[in-house]
Amino acid sequence: MSQTPSNYFLPDPSPWPIVAVASVFSILFGAALAVNGLFPGGIFIVLGFALFSYLLFSWFGDVVRENMAGLYNERVDSSFRQGMIWFITSEVFFFLTFFGALWYLRNVSADWLTGKGYLAGTHEVLYNQFFSVWPRTGPGLKEEFTPMKAWGVPAFNTIVLLTSGATITWAHWGLKAENRKLLIRGLIATIFLGLLFVTLQAWEYQEAYQQLNLTLKSGVYGSTFYILTGFHGMHVTVGAIMLAAILGRSFKGHFTPENHFAFEAVAWYWHFVDVVWLGLFIFVYML
Amino acid sequence: MNHATIAHAHEGGHHGVPHGWRRWLFSTNHKDIGTMYLVVSLIMLFLGGGMAMLIRAELFMPGIQLLQPDVYNNLVTNHALIMVFGAVMPAAAGMANWMIPLMIGAPDMALPRMNNMSFWFLVAAALMLVISMVVPFLPGGGTPVNTGWTLYPPLSVQVGMSMDFLIFTVHLLGISSILASINIIVTILNCRAPGMGLMDMPIFCWSWLVTAFLLIVILPPFAGAVTMLLFDRHFGTSFFNAAGGGDPQLFQHLFWFFGHPEVYVLLLPSMGILGHIIPTFARKPLFGYQSTVGAMLAVGTIGLAVWAHHQYTTGLSLAAVTYFMIGTIVISIPVGLLVFNYIATMWRGAMTFETPMLFAIGIILMFSFGGLTGVMLATIPGDIQYHDSYFVVAHFHYALIPGALLGLYAGVFYWLPKWTGNMYDERLGKIFFWMVIIGFNLTFFPQHFLGLAGMPRRIIDYNPMFTEFNMISSIGSFIFGAAHLVFLYVIVKTVRGGARAGDQVWEGAKGLEWTLPSPPPFHTFTTPPQIKLAQSEA
Repeated sequence: MSQTPSNYFLPDPSPWPIVAVASVFSILFGAALAVNGLFPGGIFIVLGFALFSYLLFSWFGDVVRENMAGLYNERVDSSFRQGMIWFITSEVFFFLTFFGALWYLRNVSADWLTGKGYLAGTHEVLYNQFFSVWPRTGPGLKEEFTPMKAWGVPAFNTIVLLTSGATITWAHWGLKAENRKLLIRGLIATIFLGLLFVTLQAWEYQEAYQQLNLTLKSGVYGSTFYILTGFHGMHVTVGAIMLAAILGRSFKGHFTPENHFAFEAVAWYWHFVDVVWLGLFIFVYML
Repeated sequence: MNHATIAHAHEGGHHGVPHGWRRWLFSTNHKDIGTMYLVVSLIMLFLGGGMAMLIRAELFMPGIQLLQPDVYNNLVTNHALIMVFGAVMPAAAGMANWMIPLMIGAPDMALPRMNNMSFWFLVAAALMLVISMVVPFLPGGGTPVNTGWTLYPPLSVQVGMSMDFLIFTVHLLGISSILASINIIVTILNCRAPGMGLMDMPIFCWSWLVTAFLLIVILPPFAGAVTMLLFDRHFGTSFFNAAGGGDPQLFQHLFWFFGHPEVYVLLLPSMGILGHIIPTFARKPLFGYQSTVGAMLAVGTIGLAVWAHHQYTTGLSLAAVTYFMIGTIVISIPVGLLVFNYIATMWRGAMTFETPMLFAIGIILMFSFGGLTGVMLATIPGDIQYHDSYFVVAHFHYALIPGALLGLYAGVFYWLPKWTGNMYDERLGKIFFWMVIIGFNLTFFPQHFLGLAGMPRRIIDYNPMFTEFNMISSIGSFIFGAAHLVFLYVIVKTVRGGARAGDQVWEGAKGLEWTLPSPPPFHTFTTPPQIKLAQSEA
């Protein structure tokens, strides 16, 4: 690393932010059309993702070049770190929303539907055959389904993700000890475990749809099960892509024991996804 | 308040000023991005205001004259969304962009490219919102969004595809605000000039620090809620459907967990602006700086835990509504503290009454009035009477127009000379102020009576017994609307020329921003200023 500049780095005008907005707009515009069964929706989504991938290479490419040129001082590094922490904070609240919804639907809405307190009369008239158990649908859905068991694939997946948390720490040790072989092995193991997790999750979804008749339409159990595990799986996938980028940069030897914020940011994100899974395993599968 | 002396201020930088359209589209400069935010918010203000004019024209007389009921409901919905997300929040964000780096002696926002991305996400959201309004007029476009800005299911599940565009509008707005908030927090925590502690920071920065934190906490749940709505609409889930074991109330909780703190998101930046204007024109330091910061923190944190006072009439348990009532009333303590600190700042000050100060005093009076009707509404037995009536409409317009919008107008008059280098026309500023005060009160004061007499909100037609007050209200709203033509004229005139403003635009103003030329050069504080603070003033 060259000499640290004393001034805070100010980037020149950059086309990437507005390209990022255009690509996300295209994806969401396409999605709004697609959910209504309108044909060009899919095209906008595909174009949006293509533009978004191009953008990621370009924008992060700029950042990597600036970093390698030694334009960033500790203040800039600290801005990146704090930014990542607040981003993960917002993600925490995103997941808390769905955990909160699960809690509400299992407890509060159960009280309303089973006629607790002053609602007893309403319950008697409207749904006197409906009693609150979990897992359940609601008083208006009669279709049967089998809930997902915790002690099969989900328990194995818990071990997979926890192990991946260990392997990424192993890679970090390698990085700090300037042992590039350990770094690369650790990263490859982490990516492999992440992909294994996603594959097993996809297999589990297939089982649920084909064997258990557990679908998005299976009342609140199906709704909360799929939205929580689905958003989590999406985050694991994004995390695996980020890890792959870090692996590529490790092959190029970009990281030094002093300067490897990108690695740490991805590691934080990975641990965050890990913790969310523990919550999922307890509140969605076990309880 | 900080009284700063600068040992060393280095202006201009190694980067030249970019030219042409690239300067704006690809901008990484906090001043340019701030300007773009302000221009967009002005456009949205006129769009949302035009909708308000249509609504009041329709309500001038009983009966249905101008609009179809669905279109009327759509205008009510979009008026709210545009004013909240398109006018007030971007204007506050624009001022944050312009002023926070100048106030804390930072060279720019901490993450300049992400700053630009937040702004363009806002533009994308505005575009998506316009699409959602246009779609129902196309063949096969379905019904317009007629739910009101709260988007409650089951009605929002039944609306046509324009609701999907609105859902994605919310996602875009959420991304925009979260990125902007991250940037503001990081700038404030990481980029202050050496020697400026958190408790030496100008109060506007504190107000935005609390606001940005609130946004990071409340926007993800809103995004999550509309995502569940999307799934209920198209993928057969049952989150808000009692038949599948869900509950429409869940959406109300999630919405108001966002929606109530959102009020403080709108309010706090304007309160921060007042914390600069009042000391400047009273020529006294802010009274009780520490308690003002504490009050803002208290408003932010308590504000996160009182959302269900919007749901008193939905059948929540007595224990729940009692808790939410007490929590809500408790908030009036820190809000009252803010108001009293501002009044105490004026006490025995050498006051002058330029336009920003006139607005500040008007805000304190009218916002307190809105706060008092808020306490009335927070009281459960009262609320059961006032709920969903025009009293509520009058209340939140008294809270939000003075509390948020007029505070931003005050900020515009206060900082416009700094931004442009030209003084605005004081006579026109005062004409604007009085038109606003007369128009606003004439519009919304009679609505209290309408509500207490039983006129419900969100309907296109009303009982003829409500005619007189509705006519007064509509006439007031046209004065209020016309005032904004004066506002636009003042802004355009100031941007194009006028008396030169010196560095220290206002005699009594303190802070780093007044040590810079007006307008400040493209890059400021590329080398951080050294700050020696006069602690005794805190």
